[in-house]
Amino acid sequence: MTFLPYAVAAWLFVVGLYGIVTSRHLVHLAVCLTVVQSSTYLILLSTGYVRHGSAPIYADIPPVATAVDPVVQALTLTDIVVESTITALLLALAVQAMKRFGSVDPTFLRQLRG
Amino acid sequence: MTTVQHLAPLAVVIPLLAACVIAGLSFLPRRLHEVVAIGAAIASTTLCAILLAHANDGPIVYWLGHWEPHHGVALGISLTVDQLGAGIATLTGVLVIASLVYSTRYYDEIDGPYFALVMTFMAGMVAFSLTGDLFDMFVFFELMSVAAFALTAVMIEERGPIQGAINFAVTNSVAGFGLLVGIALLYGRTGALNLAQIGLSLDHHPADALVAVALLLVVAAFLTKAAAVPFHFWLADAHAVAPAPVSILFSGVMVELGVFGAARVLSTAFAQPIEPSLHDLRMVLVGVGVVTAVVAAFSCFQQRHLKRLLAFSTISHMGIVICGVALLADRALAGAASYALGHGLAKGALFLGTGTLLHRCGAIDEFQLRGQGRDLPLLGLVFVVGALVLASAPLATTFFGKSLVEDAALSADYAWLPAVLALCSALTGAAVLRASARIFLGWGDDPQETRTESEERSQEASSREEGADVKPHTATPALLVAVPAVLMLAAVLAGLVPELVPSIERAAAHFRDHASYAGAVLSGRAPHFPPVAGAHVSATAWIYAAASTAGALLLASFGLRDRQVLPVTVADVLRAAHSGHVGDYIAWWTFGMALLGGFVLWAVAG
Repeated sequence: MTFLPYAVAAWLFVVGLYGIVTSRHLVHLAVCLTVVQSSTYLILLSTGYVRHGSAPIYADIPPVATAVDPVVQALTLTDIVVESTITALLLALAVQAMKRFGSVDPTFLRQLRG
Repeated sequence: MTTVQHLAPLAVVIPLLAACVIAGLSFLPRRLHEVVAIGAAIASTTLCAILLAHANDGPIVYWLGHWEPHHGVALGISLTVDQLGAGIATLTGVLVIASLVYSTRYYDEIDGPYFALVMTFMAGMVAFSLTGDLFDMFVFFELMSVAAFALTAVMIEERGPIQGAINFAVTNSVAGFGLLVGIALLYGRTGALNLAQIGLSLDHHPADALVAVALLLVVAAFLTKAAAVPFHFWLADAHAVAPAPVSILFSGVMVELGVFGAARVLSTAFAQPIEPSLHDLRMVLVGVGVVTAVVAAFSCFQQRHLKRLLAFSTISHMGIVICGVALLADRALAGAASYALGHGLAKGALFLGTGTLLHRCGAIDEFQLRGQGRDLPLLGLVFVVGALVLASAPLATTFFGKSLVEDAALSADYAWLPAVLALCSALTGAAVLRASARIFLGWGDDPQETRTESEERSQEASSREEGADVKPHTATPALLVAVPAVLMLAAVLAGLVPELVPSIERAAAHFRDHASYAGAVLSGRAPHFPPVAGAHVSATAWIYAAASTAGALLLASFGLRDRQVLPVTVADVLRAAHSGHVGDYIAWWTFGMALLGGFVLWAVAG
């Protein structure tokens, strides 16, 4: 077991957060959110990774062969579906923000305060 | 073996199917969409109520695809329905029905997709309450979140809803990703996703840093949904701009589900690992609850935008509910559940009442509305009663809930907690009472003379940000007053139903019975619960309730003279923190995670 994937995942999470905090463009912000999310893919997949393991499809390999964990791969797929929904929604909101505020910079979205 | 467990998936599938039908047949007239949606909501709510009645003797377990556990090892996905879960699912259903009935007369124009979104939202919330699987909790957390983001921005032509939805979506998504990382860490450690199975695997190891980090990520995600300070910024924005029939679902049950999720993982998956550090963890979580309750109560009192005022009062009341969960005791959890019931119904009624005012007058600002509600006396009564319920006045459902929390606080050596919570109840009750007196009776000073510059600004902003969903009308349909009145009546009477509070106490004790839960899920053992002694409302609870009610009246009269309770500098700092900038909110979220993380690591692994 190596700590490298976990370190990279932690880095992606934090750097994505930094991107969101400092973002000046809603599309950039949505992409930063996907950077945060990619850390979850990495951490899920590395959790189930087995060294020298094959894909967990037992059609053409003997059932005793070492395979990576299929559960986390299913979780990652679900995660991708969730992400695409949220990204689509945020991009739609960015388009609307451009129409209504005339800007996609979060600093200029100044309707709600206090 | 009975067949009642087959009802559990149906309660989720029915609203989902209704959503598909409505979205697929969006060319049909609006009335048909309403009929389908209300019918599905009633059916699903009835199923939840039946499950609630049958969950008396222990959790009802349903294994999807019949992947039942073998030799006590669960690989499949379960719905594990216990009384608290079924209870909050039933509350969800009741509020969805109220919201749908109300919206038949509220919107001038609304499309089919709106009803499809409400149904998806309902399915997500019901499934979240009924599931027994941690990854499913994430999936349904996201399902209800995505539906909620879209519902916030349903008035997409306006500026406020766009900004509110962006802030809501980004904050909650980041929290959701944190939850998923926590789940991945737990799966890596235990190889399990079922809550009972995770709990069983963690039993044999003392909590180390990995478990502590997983606990932090999972609980913080649920606390973000529950709007704990400093994860709360999204809530005021989202609630202020969502249409009234959506706000009642947000405030009435969605944020409560956040606290419910935290309680669920703390009493199943993490029950054993936190056992040795119970004392320290309790201190950390009560700290979160108290800060939330106090900060939001002061923010609430200085608001004049009605929906924002109610939103901050929701945050403050969530602080009280978090305290109930944080005390990590059966009685306190029962208090939190009863309180959430009373608060959900009352806050739902108040949000709908605000919608009715908006429908009539086209305004949402307390000063603009001054005296405008004179011809809606019944609605005024609903507001005043609602203010008293929020102040935990004696005999309201919230009063019984809070007295249980206070009782548990005293036995856990938190003698100061009841006084602090009474102050928060008084402040939030006073804010609503002040607004009601001004709107429905025309009391208070003329705002024109006493208005300060910062208020001028906020009024300008608030009058522009709302009023989008409906135009002012000359007449108010009776339904728009009747629905809030019925909800408020339920909020007052629920606590007086004999046996209700004692049965919630039993349900909470069963909910926290880690071993019985694991036994019922993994080996199908019928649990043997020890009898639960019902608490009596103590004399001190009456005193605190009387004090918070009197305090609410006093502070309301203070507020009617346009006075603030906070020094101007502090109030301005508090106001400035709610900047509406999504980057700021994520910075606060990161700061909160670092702080909470430090404390949790110290408490659990240290």
